[in-house]
Amino acid sequence: MSKVPINYKRKDFQSDQEVKWCPGCGDYTLLASVQSFMAEMGISKEKIVFVSGIGCAARFPYYMNTYGLHSIHGRAPAVATGVSVSNPELSVWIVSGDGDSLSIGGNHLIHALRKNVNLKILMFNNQIYGLTKGQYSPTSEEGKKTKSSPFGSVEMPFNPMSVALGAEASFVARSIDMDRDLTAHVLEEASKHKGSAFIEIYQNCNVFNDHAFEQLTSKEGRVANRINLVHGEKVIFGAEDELAVTIEDGEAKIVKRADIDDSQIYVHDTTKKNPSVAFSLSRLSHGPYGPTPVGVFRQVERETYNEDIIGQIESAKEAKGDGKIEQLIRSLGTWDVN
Amino acid sequence: MDNKEPSLENKTVESIPAVTIRFAGDSGDGMQLVGTRFTDTSALLGNDLATLPSFPAEIRAPQGTIAGVSSFQVQIADFDILTPGDNPDVLVAMNPAALKAHLDDLTPNGMLILNEDAFEEKNIQKAGYKTDPRTSGELDAYRVFQVPMEKLTKEALEDSEITGRAVLRSKNMIALGLISWVFNRPLEDTENWINDKFKKLPEVADANIKALKVGYNFGITVEAFHHTYVVDKAKLPEGEYTNINGNIGLSWGLIAGARQAGLELFYASYPITPASDILHELSKHKNFDTITFQAEDEIAAAASAVGASFTGKLAVTGTSGPGLALKSETISLAVSTELPLVVVNVQRGGPSTGLPTKPEQSDLMFALYGRHGESPLPVLAVRSPSHAFTTAIEAARVALKYMTPVILLSDNYVATGSEPWKLPAIGDLPKIDTNLTTTINTEEGFLPYHRNVETFARPWAVPGTPGLEHRIGGLEKEEGTGNVSYESANHQYMTDMRAWKIANIANDIEPLEVTGDEKADVLVLGWGSTYGSITQAVNRLNEKGIKVASAHLTFLNPFPDNTGDVLSNYKKVIIPELNTGQLIKLVRERYLIDAIGINKVNAEPFTAQELYDGIEERINE
Repeated sequence: MSKVPINYKRKDFQSDQEVKWCPGCGDYTLLASVQSFMAEMGISKEKIVFVSGIGCAARFPYYMNTYGLHSIHGRAPAVATGVSVSNPELSVWIVSGDGDSLSIGGNHLIHALRKNVNLKILMFNNQIYGLTKGQYSPTSEEGKKTKSSPFGSVEMPFNPMSVALGAEASFVARSIDMDRDLTAHVLEEASKHKGSAFIEIYQNCNVFNDHAFEQLTSKEGRVANRINLVHGEKVIFGAEDELAVTIEDGEAKIVKRADIDDSQIYVHDTTKKNPSVAFSLSRLSHGPYGPTPVGVFRQVERETYNEDIIGQIESAKEAKGDGKIEQLIRSLGTWDVN
Repeated sequence: MDNKEPSLENKTVESIPAVTIRFAGDSGDGMQLVGTRFTDTSALLGNDLATLPSFPAEIRAPQGTIAGVSSFQVQIADFDILTPGDNPDVLVAMNPAALKAHLDDLTPNGMLILNEDAFEEKNIQKAGYKTDPRTSGELDAYRVFQVPMEKLTKEALEDSEITGRAVLRSKNMIALGLISWVFNRPLEDTENWINDKFKKLPEVADANIKALKVGYNFGITVEAFHHTYVVDKAKLPEGEYTNINGNIGLSWGLIAGARQAGLELFYASYPITPASDILHELSKHKNFDTITFQAEDEIAAAASAVGASFTGKLAVTGTSGPGLALKSETISLAVSTELPLVVVNVQRGGPSTGLPTKPEQSDLMFALYGRHGESPLPVLAVRSPSHAFTTAIEAARVALKYMTPVILLSDNYVATGSEPWKLPAIGDLPKIDTNLTTTINTEEGFLPYHRNVETFARPWAVPGTPGLEHRIGGLEKEEGTGNVSYESANHQYMTDMRAWKIANIANDIEPLEVTGDEKADVLVLGWGSTYGSITQAVNRLNEKGIKVASAHLTFLNPFPDNTGDVLSNYKKVIIPELNTGQLIKLVRERYLIDAIGINKVNAEPFTAQELYDGIEERINE
């Protein structure tokens, strides 16, 4: 994708539409983060497309002064695949929620990731159905009491990082709505990535699921529980940097630094071809409870779906020349009637 | 077989105007291949022809049973024909089950060629016969020829590198060789085809050619076959011809439609019988800048096509009945976003999985009304393989010109049956206008729902176009700006506008044309693949002096402008359909005409005779 020197400001990416999320919604911060990042990204805005499905987050494209398509529930990855494959010059972004991506649209998500279609997928995870006013979602914790689960949800939630890594997504990261620096970093890495990028962003729904991420966003929680994954650095966390992550027999473990030698601490490598270590890191938490890794889990290079599709078209043209209808309709053999 | 030298001394050749041949065997016996080869050779000889392949939904249904029988019928003629023939004059039965399944259709005194090696006790019982049909007298009405096809195959391949059970795979070539002899077809074309097909397996090619020749020579050797037949070239209009089925015609039409519009084709599909061959065909032609996307499911196929349409492609998604149901929500999105999209539905027997390999016209109402909300769109139907080509172009034209999804109906009969097609001059194909734009269209800036005053189509500004960035979606839009609007009067306006836009297309399509007796006061009105049978039946009725005319709809929505006027000219309107009465409801509702139906859903197309009888009966009622 060609980078062009453009002096965009955040306001260049604000549309003229009134933003209609609930006051205090985490989506406002995320909208600001994304608009600011778009101004920095260096891609001219006619080449940017935002695609969404249904849900609170899915209103996002209306607020971006780029091309945008607000489609149907769960189908954004499929719609966006059509966009991306049709014009590989485009920077295609999906904004989705936990219900949209992991419930009704689960199938499309894993296939877009598997195929490595050139898409950047932002999944705002608020662990609740917001737009339909408060039912449990596929990422809600077991036992969660909601309108549709008055006695508590009996479902085991998805771990979105594990799902994406299980589908062998080539870029997988997690951020938190309140942490604009981390979000900016993750967006930057995703935009540079060739192929599909899946970013889970913990997003507070202050109306139906307030404080869901407190263990990662409160003053104490953020220092105690955030495990920042930084490529090339030892994974160390805790208020006093007293904890670390090791990989033993392929399994990630949280250990006290006092109990081990620092050389045993896992040095994060996002580029490992095999997704097993990244997957194991994703298993350190099963939601935003206690120590939880954030940042880029995986970032590997592999052929994108778009490149392969175009490659086949190019080779067909090289081998057979530009298609001609005259030849096409004679391709099964003809005879003359005189 | 005796060992005397082949002799042609007593050979007589009879010229006949037409013959209908049906090949029937186990679904693994290669009957479709034999039928296709015979058809292609006949096409090269200049016959007019039409075919009817019929096979079970299972790939290898239980061997030797009636459920496992696969058949291929072809009519070849020296005149212009429209159907694959009602009843076969010749039946080739590779086993007792094939005989049992098809014998009733064979014309009296018809030629019956049996693979006698398959008539073992076990197979006879499996087919449901209590006694050997060859000795029970039930074949007395036919001219029976028993051929030891398996023995001949084994003898032919004695010195071949093919051994064991694989040898018998070539027995279909014995049948093809023999029929080629009986109908004076040269083997050369099939030999070339075999050599090409098995380029990498010369021993297989060799075995098949040997068997083919042995079958042919068997005809020469055995006196019973010394009365042979020839069907002369058909007097078709001058020109260059090829033999296509409906799926091929439709695929090529889509490629041509994209070319005529100056666009690239994006075809998204999830494999489903009988539409998969469109995906197969289009994926061969990447040098036309055609993108084929085998989606993870039917919904993704439709959704990716909407994305491709938003991005400026001629976007098409293809499926069959159950898949259309899954695409329904996405088609409504295309209605609301007013994006061009062609949805191909190759109909099959329903409901649910139904009869995946059998024809039916039972999705008409679903195509018209199978969406939530007020969601009108144009619906077209294909009547024959060659009509599939032009109708696919027409569907693309309407979708692009009016910024709307279009449903293009085909069915299993037209999709898999083939006929000769006179190649069109490419220069004569219609040019297709699009609403693509790169300029700001109002003083207030670019408004994505600011419409063309004639077509009511909105402009098509695709990503990558500077200055025209805009957002659209499934929420109701404000006329002009396209912004989300919950305003009540606007929703009324937009609903009316979407309906009006589609209704207005009636002025821009071919009027309904009437053929047949000009003095008729009875009209047979049809749509889709019943065209051949209806036309043939009406021709025969006219020949008998019975005054009846026919008309065939390509557009089921909107109806051509003159439809009401045409229908009101007749005292009786008869509507044959392979459903329980769907077009008839539309006609009654729209034109208040008490039309009379001829309906069936027995997994078979109408024969011309069936319609002849049905129409005559209704005329006399």
